[in-house]
Amino acid sequence: MQLGRRQQVLTAGAAFVAMALSLAACSSSSSSSSTTTPSTSASSSSSAAALSGTLDGSGSTFQTTFQEAAISAFKSVQPGMTVVYGSGGSGKGRSDLASNVVQYAGSDSPIPSSEASTFKGTVLYFPVVIGPITVSYNLSGLSKPLNLDPKTIAEIFEAKITTWNNAAIAADNPGVTLPSTTITIARRSDSSGTTQNFTKFLVEGAGSAWTLGSASTVNWPAASRGGNGNGGVASIVKSTPGAIGYVDYADAKASGLTFANVKNSSGNYVAPSPASATAAADSVTAAANLTFSAIWASGAQAYPITYQSWVLCYETQSSTNVAAMLKAYIGYLLGPGQQLLPSLGYAPLPSSLDSMATSQLSKIGM
Amino acid sequence: MTTVTEAGPAAPAGPAHPLDQRRPLGDRSFQILALACGLLVLVILVLIAVSTSQQASSWFTTEGWGIFKNNWNPAANTYGALAFIYGTAITAIIALIMAVPVSVGIALLLTEVVPYRWSRPIVYVVDLLAVVPSVVWGLWGILVFAPWLNTIYAHIGSAVTGIWVLGPLFGPPTSGASFFTCGIILAFMITPIVTSLSREVIATVPAIDKEGAYALGATRLEMIRGAVWPHSQGGVVGAVLLGMGRAMGETIAAALVIGSSPAITSHLFAPGYNMPAVIANEFGEAFGLQRAALMGIGVLLFVITIIVNVIARGVVERSARRKRGT
Repeated sequence: MQLGRRQQVLTAGAAFVAMALSLAACSSSSSSSSTTTPSTSASSSSSAAALSGTLDGSGSTFQTTFQEAAISAFKSVQPGMTVVYGSGGSGKGRSDLASNVVQYAGSDSPIPSSEASTFKGTVLYFPVVIGPITVSYNLSGLSKPLNLDPKTIAEIFEAKITTWNNAAIAADNPGVTLPSTTITIARRSDSSGTTQNFTKFLVEGAGSAWTLGSASTVNWPAASRGGNGNGGVASIVKSTPGAIGYVDYADAKASGLTFANVKNSSGNYVAPSPASATAAADSVTAAANLTFSAIWASGAQAYPITYQSWVLCYETQSSTNVAAMLKAYIGYLLGPGQQLLPSLGYAPLPSSLDSMATSQLSKIGM
Repeated sequence: MTTVTEAGPAAPAGPAHPLDQRRPLGDRSFQILALACGLLVLVILVLIAVSTSQQASSWFTTEGWGIFKNNWNPAANTYGALAFIYGTAITAIIALIMAVPVSVGIALLLTEVVPYRWSRPIVYVVDLLAVVPSVVWGLWGILVFAPWLNTIYAHIGSAVTGIWVLGPLFGPPTSGASFFTCGIILAFMITPIVTSLSREVIATVPAIDKEGAYALGATRLEMIRGAVWPHSQGGVVGAVLLGMGRAMGETIAAALVIGSSPAITSHLFAPGYNMPAVIANEFGEAFGLQRAALMGIGVLLFVITIIVNVIARGVVERSARRKRGT
């Protein structure tokens, strides 16, 4: 039977769709049906049993770079496991965990009290990364980085200080000739844990000089420019002379920005770096459930705008396999995974915090 | 004289009833299937409205009429959405003012002026505008278009400062990412839709009406006003509504180029915010009341679109009835 033109097109289309579906089915089944887990897997942790299955996570975008690097390195430790990290924001991660869409979540802040009722069991917090937030600026003609104290930073970001040669900035930097360039504020247009922690620093360090409060997004002055993501803010700072913005250490380094030395609670001007971030985390006392805030930490060499991120999971798991996979993966993040951090632009956990987190691993179970 | 009653191929051999037993099975099942599909669309729409309203209910009950205040401040836990409603309205109006004359003009050009041989390539090029993904519009907008526009805004702004109406509209503060830039990009995005739909509607005008107008001595413009427009006004308004719906709901492009600053200001070159943009920007980190507020803004957008559609259709129906003389 000779098919008419339209029937030919329809048949071809249907055949194509069928082929595509069957290809997709074949490929997905080969990756998720982990039937090939040799007992002599080439895992460096020789005592770990070979695990198989999928682990889903989502949440903080601050952790994304770390999670992705750790997941690919973890493949060689546990080839039978597939770990996925979906990012999407701390709020999304926490709500995904609450509704059991994922097995672990990344969050830059502890579960707020208004959300606590949505969780159906105890949630364990595992701190996994520390990172500094830089105050980056674009000003030519200066030989060394500027010193800024929290009150000055607050007034700059509220548009109360509008030019670089303002008296407050000059007071922090005696002997430096400051140009009269207008200050352009660069901030986040999307909501983020970075904004939340930067504004938390301003609330704690600048006191009454900061009136905009602390949240994942605040009412920035109208003259400020919003960028999408840390990269967006970094590119605004990079391309606008006289701009100042708050950027994650990793993105600021990648864009080659100059960062300011920020005055900490001990009165020292400290530059952001993995070492000064770890010093900040070292001086905090974590609560029993391992929540803490490294912002405005005490400690002579602590960088005051350091923030942290946790991996969250339920204490009681529904299956032993999921519990074992969680222990293996989170244990990796807390153990060999920490070596990946400095090259990615984060700071590793101080050893005291790391050992407390590792000993909490045994709580995950049935 | 005997009359032979002929039964047509699908005509019932008796009084016609919608789901009459005597109708062929194929007809009946097609009718049921078509009815089911139509109802399915309605049911899905209602379910979406109901489920989003449920998620947003805590915002409505906490804020009450405060949802129409201009005080969106997550740090202070107050969520009044007036600035976003204003932004959506302004950007949609700017987009429509710019896109509709151009689109209807192109449609008339393609059907009335341009020879048929040239209309196919022009249609193809206009449809290409529709193929560009929203995020590409947004990226191009914020990286290339906005900085270039900013220099123009600065010139215009300094020229009109202090002038009676133009000053507050086009005066400083100016910013590349602003209401006006968003409006321009939305105009680019809705032009292909409005053009292609208008063109199809205008093409269905019977040639006999057009020739009749010419025969009576009408100029081309008079022919368009007298023969083309009465036939196609409903369809063109429908096309414009579709374009307006897209302009009001366009998310990623708006989120990137509107400037993310919730403010109600007459300055069109100043940064602003609109409803889909705030949802896209803040949803990831939102929880509790903020999340309910964002879903509530989605519900508001839904309701506003429906209201504007109903009003516009009503206006068209009234004017069409008047033209028909009923």
